[in-house]
Amino acid sequence: MSSETGPDENVSDENLPSEQEKAHGEVTGQDNPFADPGVPPHEHRIQDIDERAAKRSERTVAFLFTLSMLATVGFIASYVAFPVDKIIYVWPLGHVSALNLSLGLTLGVALFCIGAGAVHWARTLMSDEEMVDERHPVAAEPAVREKVISDFKQGAKESALGRRKLIRNTMFGAVALVPLSGVVLLRDLGPLPEDKLRHTAWSKGKLLVNENTNQPLRPEDIAVGSLAFARPEGLDHEDEDFNNEIAKAALMLVRLEPKDIKDKRELDWSHEGIVAFSKICTHVGCPVSLYEQQTHHVLCPCHQSTFDLSDGARVLFGPAGHPLPQLNISVNKDGYLEALGDFEEPVGPAFWERG
Amino acid sequence: MSTATETPGSAAAAGKKKAPAGERVADWADGRLGIYSLAKANMRKIFPDHWSFMLGEVALYSFIIIILTGVYLTLFFHPSMGEIEYHGAYTPMHGVRMSEAYASTLDISFDVRGGLLVRQIHHWAALIFLAAMFVHMMRVFFTGAFRKPREVNWVFGFLLFVLGMFTGFTGYSLPDDLLSGTGIRFMEGAILSVPIVGTYISMFLFGGEFPGHDFIGRFYSAHILLLPGIMLGLLVAHLILVFYHKHTQFAGPGRTNKNVVGMPLLPVYMAKAGGFFFLVFGVIAAVSAMFTINPIWNIGPYRPDQVSTNAQPDWYMGFSEGLIRVMPGWEINLWGHTLVLGVAIPLIVIFPLVLVSIAMYPFIESWVTGDKREHHIADRPRNAPTRTGVGAAWIAWYFVLLVGGGNDLWATHFHLSINAITWFVRIAFFVVPVIVFIITKRICLGLQRRDRDKVLHGRETGTIKRLPHGEFVEIHEPLSQEQLHTLTAHEQYKPVELGEETDENGVQRKITRSQKMRAKLSKGYFSENGQIPKPTAEEYREIESGHGHH
Repeated sequence: MSSETGPDENVSDENLPSEQEKAHGEVTGQDNPFADPGVPPHEHRIQDIDERAAKRSERTVAFLFTLSMLATVGFIASYVAFPVDKIIYVWPLGHVSALNLSLGLTLGVALFCIGAGAVHWARTLMSDEEMVDERHPVAAEPAVREKVISDFKQGAKESALGRRKLIRNTMFGAVALVPLSGVVLLRDLGPLPEDKLRHTAWSKGKLLVNENTNQPLRPEDIAVGSLAFARPEGLDHEDEDFNNEIAKAALMLVRLEPKDIKDKRELDWSHEGIVAFSKICTHVGCPVSLYEQQTHHVLCPCHQSTFDLSDGARVLFGPAGHPLPQLNISVNKDGYLEALGDFEEPVGPAFWERG
Repeated sequence: MSTATETPGSAAAAGKKKAPAGERVADWADGRLGIYSLAKANMRKIFPDHWSFMLGEVALYSFIIIILTGVYLTLFFHPSMGEIEYHGAYTPMHGVRMSEAYASTLDISFDVRGGLLVRQIHHWAALIFLAAMFVHMMRVFFTGAFRKPREVNWVFGFLLFVLGMFTGFTGYSLPDDLLSGTGIRFMEGAILSVPIVGTYISMFLFGGEFPGHDFIGRFYSAHILLLPGIMLGLLVAHLILVFYHKHTQFAGPGRTNKNVVGMPLLPVYMAKAGGFFFLVFGVIAAVSAMFTINPIWNIGPYRPDQVSTNAQPDWYMGFSEGLIRVMPGWEINLWGHTLVLGVAIPLIVIFPLVLVSIAMYPFIESWVTGDKREHHIADRPRNAPTRTGVGAAWIAWYFVLLVGGGNDLWATHFHLSINAITWFVRIAFFVVPVIVFIITKRICLGLQRRDRDKVLHGRETGTIKRLPHGEFVEIHEPLSQEQLHTLTAHEQYKPVELGEETDENGVQRKITRSQKMRAKLSKGYFSENGQIPKPTAEEYREIESGHGHH
């Protein structure tokens, strides 16, 4: 953006308003009907001419300041008087904390009255005669500019930075390198990704534990059209890494009529129409949880990605980029649902290495 | 006469009356800090008066309120993700496993007397802070107050707005509740979409896999130290520049580009601005007393496998939520890698692009006008129709994205199909800004025409007069000179011309692409379609003299 207009730009300043217009407002005289008449004469307020009105204003201001003092006393009184857990009914707010309401209102009044008093004082009693300040150009006078530039050149010359190139180059090198130490220190903020995002707590033979009852699920626990959430056996709420593991392993189970399942692999990986999909949305990782049993659609409440659970969790609508991963399940010899392995693809949001 | 060498102290010693105590304290300070030179320029500094100049003050005061209440909250908040079982005052949560961050937020809300009030003031003030900055920025934009010499201050203000957004986001994430945790998850998903380094950034930010045990502590230090520290620095610089440049003023009698007309800082603005701080604080305190904000006790602690419906970020993040919700889920898989365009385009391309375009606007406009003069008279928005159109288009676009960000709420409240809303937003994203730009520009031109008519023909009085031959006319009352001056004080540019293709010797001149672009933009801004020529003195006199023959 070569902003300085001039011969190099092939454009001139002719588009700018003329000098005469620039000085608009300073052109006086009868010939210009739009000339600036200057700051209008001051009009007196009632308080400026009537001492009784001024006294009234004074009393109003003093009243507001006094009200503020009383409100602060009220604040302290409320703090002492109301227990922290007292709930009262106040129309139209409903059931509210008595302490919160009284503290907030008294504080609000105490502050507001100081402000209102000060503003009223300024508006009615302080002089409202308009005053004029001159502006001065921000840019320095040419002489100052010359002085600064020559001082700088002198300083630069005395430093010999331009002449002694060895010093200059090694200094730039040193200053450029030294922040690297700070960058290196950030390395231990976290581990490398490796293949962490590719594995979950699921593995062959792990039972599906119901998130609500904490009992292993059997096929008969899941009726047609119902939805259940499960986690892998051995993953406990008290575990140190529970949140990290459940963030990937959370499972959603639905029982469909086998004839309704359109996707062949989905049918192969199901058991008696029970299909298990990752609960973590493939968009940005919210748990999908709104199931519509007539259509077999499941909707993510965060960004409304919609998946068809009867067709390999294909994306029907919304910003998700790929289907929910399915978990291959079966029933073990004791009649409990079990996983036949981990998810075959990474669960959750897509990432560069996902492939 | 030796007065030139006399110091105040020796003057006092010379047997004159001792100066009052206040003056002696000031003398002491001046001898060490040089306060008199500072006060000479600033104590009676003139500030012009207009309601819209208070918007920035609202932002400033809410920032101060946030810092005051924030310091209080740090005394009770535990920025830890250590898991505990809750046994505090809020009985419905007894026995629930939660992080210490969430538990201490419950303690602030239910055990600490007044803690809930301070928490709510903090959150309300943050919402108001962002809204005030937003509106303040619009005021500066639409009045052209970003023009030379204030471009740098525009950038400072822009940075404050962006940092304010992220400080707000890190702040409402700290309680580690189900809603904010979902927002963090969203952020993690967005980070993962960054090509090549996304997974690394995510692992480093969260200290491993999401959610890990580190991010609350890390967000805490960013929220209370790093971000507000930078913001405080920018804020001080912003205010110093406001003082240094002196405030802009609207055109009017006696108000020129070379002066500033208004009231002095001491006492009028000291009282008004100081009082206004208390007004803002008082209103926020009263609002916080009556209206609950972010009731985390209703939402529950964060679990990555749980979610609530109607999940919404705080309002200022809503447009990014809209971007992410309406973007189609494009994913490209090539050579064993995934390019997550559906997330990356909205959040790491459009989002920064929109923000940077705001920051750049003053430089773009000054390049188009080629104007290097200082501007201290604020424009009326109608007198810069293209700029006003651009601003209105940007706001319309922002609101379209807010609709997209709340598409579920629109669907449930107005019984609309969520798919239809999403498609509406996808189309409106491109169409609405264009329509709003055109309409706004037309409205501005219409208002300019009305101003022109008013200047030339006077004000419509509403009084109908019947002429002797039966014709009815409305009496127009001529404007005062103050009004005439105010309505004609604005400047009008002419579009830049590229000039002759050849110079005086017939040699082909080189016209670069940027010059052509500039000429085109300039035409859009300042051709007859971009502004109505303001009345000239000749036109005015012609009509005036014509009245006699009427």
